[in-house]
Amino acid sequence: MGDLVIRSQKLGKQYRIGALQKGYRTLRESIVDAASAPWRLLRRSIRGESAPEDELIWALRDIDFEVRQGEVLGVIGRNGAGKSTLLKVLARITEPTVGRVQVAGRVGSLLEVGTGFHPELTGRENTYLNGAILGMRHAEIDQRFDEIVAFSEIEKFIDTPVKHYSSGMFLRLAFAVAAHLTPEILLVDEVLAVGDERFQKKCMGKMESVGKEGRTILFVSHNMNAIHRLCPRVILLEEGRVAADGDTSEVIAQYLNADRSEMDCKEWSTPEQAPGDSTARLKRVRLLDNRGRPRSAFEIREPVQIEVEYWALDSKQPFMPILLIHNENGVCILETAANHDPAYAGKSRKRGIYRSVCRVPGNFFNEGMFHVDVLVRVLVPRRYFVRESNLLSFRIQDSGSGLSVKGDFPKAWSGVVAPILPWQTEIRPLGSTAAASLPKARK
Amino acid sequence: MVHRLYLGIKDYMNNQESLQNEFVGPTTDIVPSKGWVSLRLREVWAYRELLYFLTWRDIKVRYKQTILGAAWAILQPFLTMVVFSLFFGELAGIEPGGEIPYPVFSYAGLVPWTFFVYGLSQSSNSLVGNAQLIKKVFFPRLVVPIASVLSGLIDFGLAFMVLIGMMLVYGISPSMNVLWLPLFLLLAFITALGVGLWLSALNVEYRDIRYMVPFLTQFWMFISPVVYPSSLIENELLRILYGLNPMVGVLDGFRWAILGTTGAPGPMVAVSAVVAVIILISGTFYFRRMERSFADVV
Repeated sequence: MGDLVIRSQKLGKQYRIGALQKGYRTLRESIVDAASAPWRLLRRSIRGESAPEDELIWALRDIDFEVRQGEVLGVIGRNGAGKSTLLKVLARITEPTVGRVQVAGRVGSLLEVGTGFHPELTGRENTYLNGAILGMRHAEIDQRFDEIVAFSEIEKFIDTPVKHYSSGMFLRLAFAVAAHLTPEILLVDEVLAVGDERFQKKCMGKMESVGKEGRTILFVSHNMNAIHRLCPRVILLEEGRVAADGDTSEVIAQYLNADRSEMDCKEWSTPEQAPGDSTARLKRVRLLDNRGRPRSAFEIREPVQIEVEYWALDSKQPFMPILLIHNENGVCILETAANHDPAYAGKSRKRGIYRSVCRVPGNFFNEGMFHVDVLVRVLVPRRYFVRESNLLSFRIQDSGSGLSVKGDFPKAWSGVVAPILPWQTEIRPLGSTAAASLPKARK
Repeated sequence: MVHRLYLGIKDYMNNQESLQNEFVGPTTDIVPSKGWVSLRLREVWAYRELLYFLTWRDIKVRYKQTILGAAWAILQPFLTMVVFSLFFGELAGIEPGGEIPYPVFSYAGLVPWTFFVYGLSQSSNSLVGNAQLIKKVFFPRLVVPIASVLSGLIDFGLAFMVLIGMMLVYGISPSMNVLWLPLFLLLAFITALGVGLWLSALNVEYRDIRYMVPFLTQFWMFISPVVYPSSLIENELLRILYGLNPMVGVLDGFRWAILGTTGAPGPMVAVSAVVAVIILISGTFYFRRMERSFADVV
């Protein structure tokens, strides 16, 4: 016997997405249609056919993968890439359209916490009901009941109807029940985002320990930190297909940089093609190093220059270029405007080609990928002339040879920014009386 | 049509296969199903605890946050009986036959009838009502409508006690026929579940069913011997035809068993039983056939 628990071969799932809009219809047609509809519907439903005018899409296509016993496999991808559909097929909630999956062992699914909780029932009753829904036997729940209640931290309210619970208490109990499932294969979809930070940490810890017990877990999440922590291997889904399958760091990097690879220059040859309108249009945006050469990768201690060239076409609008810089998790690090230059602010914009450069000093961004949005706008009244996302992308790295926030510390340094801040430390020498009253260092 | 009925053999073959291949143990196959599929009743049996819990939940929450609580289970058929006795018994002068007073006659019909209507309407709405569950968790979907019909048994029990009370008041003692009573209750259950399976599966795709059910049950009551005795129809052939309505067999049989009224169940009740079983089997197959798309459509 081998150690395979899941094997998916050429798995595909097709959905139909509603009727396509038809053109206008005459009243007579509608009446005839309505009159014949019941018969048509009856015939169709007995044959199990779908409505012919519906559009079909493949939510999953040619999915091939294998999972071995005890593996914790992450599944990532954009919204609509097919992650949840894949779990639903594996959990047998919905049938595949083509292909075959073989599963060895009992499958438990945690696609949503609190499924089947009834507000009128007490915490205790819901624990049993939810346990039964998730496939636990009565005896199993009995055995683990105290553990579940202790984990959820709602001992006092276990005999109160859950409709009186706060949403946090509700989620904690729901997760506690689900987390104490004991199937050989556990499917988890984005449930770690429950409760406060402390409880989330507890949930993560629980997931980790479940993984260490030798059970197989498939874990879908958008939270790359959680994926990184739990899964050594990851599958990346793109438009229903497996785009990558392998080592977590590599697959996550591929996912994050899929359509935002490093980009040091964007240029438009004619104003007509460029983003903008009759007031302002972009001409060229570039990333430059200290000497004015285009670059997309920077040492942490180097300054990064962002250059925006644009056509000003309407002198009446006192617009300005604005840059937004995001990190790879989409967090906006800063917003900066050309108006910070007093020589530029509030002046009329004579027609012509402008070039504005923003200089971000070295030792400012921490290591990682950064993406630049470019806006051209008037702040008050709020008007946008250009609004472009992810025009430029650059990478900051610390080769560890010189002055930076982490110096020669070899591992990653926390934070999205990495400024070297002035520190001051004062020392007051201890007098003989004060020193005597303080605890001595242990020998 | 039933080419996959031999699931046991299939499992066994899978076991054999897995001994040679690389899996840790016996495997379950997830493949698209085509056409009519097996009923997989064994799987329903495996999920009997869930069936129990869903039934228990429906019973438990049924009368939550009501003042009268379970009294509703008695009040509904009882008040209907009072109105029926007044209008059909007194004013219209319907004669139930035998020595049975009209109130007892109509109440003895209303008790199984209320159970039937409750089971039918609850089960036909059950899949849509449990949509969240169906979209998120796997279990044999048959469990849901079955639990809905089962949960009506408590109401039935309460209403039945009132029937016994009424018989005591009127001085009617049941005969040995009463041993047959569970059989007719089962027939009512089969009819309610059979129709409920058809309607619940249809309701997933066509929400028209929700509007149809109240009309259907009302209509059905008039063609069933609830307010009048089936003995109004005397022609033996017509009576057999009348038995095509399975509730005719249920109501007649029920009254025969508890009150010992009309003669022993004849061919009419047999016809009803056959029709009820046909509805149940066809409904189960139709349900299983539509089941594969429930999670996508509901």
